[in-house]
Amino acid sequence: MALAVDSIKGLARMACTIRMDIVEMLNKAGSGHTGGSLSAADIVTALYFHKMRHRPSDPKWPERDRFILCKGHAAPVLYAALARSGYFPLDELKTLRRFGSRLQGHPDSRKLPGVEISTGSLGQGLSVSCGLALSGKMDAASWRVYALLGDGELQEGQVWEAAMAAAHYGLDNLTAIIDNNGLQIDGACSEVMCVDSIPDKFASFGWDTISIDGHNMEEIIDALDRAQAHKGRPTAIIARTIKGKGCSLFEGKVEYHGTPPSDKELEAALKELGGGK
Amino acid sequence: MSNKVATREAYGKALLELGRKNPSVVALDADLSGSTKTKVFGKEFPERFFNVGIAEQNLMGIAAGLSLGGKIPFASTFAVFATGRAWEQIRQSICYPGLNVKIVASHAGITVGEDGGSHQSVEDISLMRTIPGMTVIVPADGVETSKAIMAMGEYAGPTYIRVGRAKTEVIYDDSYGFRVGKANVLKKGSDVTVIACGVMVPEALRAAEELLAEGISAGVINMSTIKPLDADAVIEAAKGSGAIVTAEEHSIIGGLGSAVAEVISEACPVPLVRLGIKDVFGTSGKPDDLMEKYGLTASDIKKAAKEAVAKKPRKV
Repeated sequence: MALAVDSIKGLARMACTIRMDIVEMLNKAGSGHTGGSLSAADIVTALYFHKMRHRPSDPKWPERDRFILCKGHAAPVLYAALARSGYFPLDELKTLRRFGSRLQGHPDSRKLPGVEISTGSLGQGLSVSCGLALSGKMDAASWRVYALLGDGELQEGQVWEAAMAAAHYGLDNLTAIIDNNGLQIDGACSEVMCVDSIPDKFASFGWDTISIDGHNMEEIIDALDRAQAHKGRPTAIIARTIKGKGCSLFEGKVEYHGTPPSDKELEAALKELGGGK
Repeated sequence: MSNKVATREAYGKALLELGRKNPSVVALDADLSGSTKTKVFGKEFPERFFNVGIAEQNLMGIAAGLSLGGKIPFASTFAVFATGRAWEQIRQSICYPGLNVKIVASHAGITVGEDGGSHQSVEDISLMRTIPGMTVIVPADGVETSKAIMAMGEYAGPTYIRVGRAKTEVIYDDSYGFRVGKANVLKKGSDVTVIACGVMVPEALRAAEELLAEGISAGVINMSTIKPLDADAVIEAAKGSGAIVTAEEHSIIGGLGSAVAEVISEACPVPLVRLGIKDVFGTSGKPDDLMEKYGLTASDIKKAAKEAVAKKPRKV
């Protein structure tokens, strides 16, 4: 079974550890996506260390809950959660983006056990999650599908094709979580192409919606539980987050979307995160 | 009189038969199930049939997800939308993760007819062939379509199968044994070999007969699997007859002709004439008129064969 970290405090500590893993592996890699990995750290921690049933020693365990990282560029947060869960040695995190590594720039399901499907091209993950949830429904399976999307990703039209289908098929075994950090590569989502109101959009497509603070572990867990209890409709959790959360150097700064921490920044970030640990 | 069957009709029937044999088979469509014939499957297995509406990108993504869940999805729509609109979904969500999704696209090529150029995919083989790991099959007739669909129950990996709208000649009987990746040599020839796929195969057979009457021995190969290409069969034909003609109801860029050219130019250079749609879009009209307009008839093949023979180095 996954590492048990049941108390809220314990989960918050794990999220902090995962953030440290993220900044360390990105610094070592010399490229990659800092901001969107850090903003999703609490959500991914809640899923891997509390909510999801999964077996790191048996990644293809048929009864496992499935996680799909639609915003595939946040690969570091997934890799850290997988390594901390025990899917592969922690040491391997240092190989991120290197030639020959299983830790590709964006998740590759053919290389790394624990990755359900390769992602990276935005807008496609929710459709795949719908198909997976449909197959679960067909088999009357008890496992659930969790899809993590970025807010900028919602600009992709395919997301709304999938949103329509999920409601049409009544996929209450599907929970979509929107990492609503408000920023994308070229600037604020509201300036590049406004995606608001996200809850209204999902609601109008026939979803239940829950809006939360995506860095409040209690709220995250409560929302995940409520989503599971909703019957007949899929649920979208709109998690308000801060891009780069946990390291003030990167927080809310669009330039750290795709910039890794320098050695100096890493030192400061680890110090800050270590303080919170 | 020869028997005529639309390959899409054969697909619908075979999918139903495969569905009866294999409960993992599911079908998806994007609001064209009456035309692609997946409706036949949907009628008998409503709980295994998903009409996702007019949303081809989502069609491919949902198919990928169903495959992840252990199903064998057959996703269908018109070829122009399947391979054009949803190309990147096929690349990223199906082929890159190597999922077992079968894309059976109908209304391919110019034989769509009256709907016109917007609906006539002349690029689909090329678009699918270039994606790593994708298998590409263009059945020659209804029988081969059935055999190919039935073979998909046991054939793992992403596969594109191209079927057509128009009724076309049946050249095989039930004894025909289809194998993915294996060319079918219909006729051996010593002067030239016509390598064809899809609706061009019966045209090639007709051309070979007429050529024989004129004293030219033309072989005919049905290359129904464009990828992985049966390179051995191509080389053998090139060596055996010394000249090759390719014939396809598709652009001459990137399809069967290109695949054959890639093999012979490296392994056994011989004169080659490629018949196909010459880098133009289609137009509205009756399929037969269009085949004539775009130079895809038995007489065009005959002409091409003679051209290829004339290019052969003269024996001293």
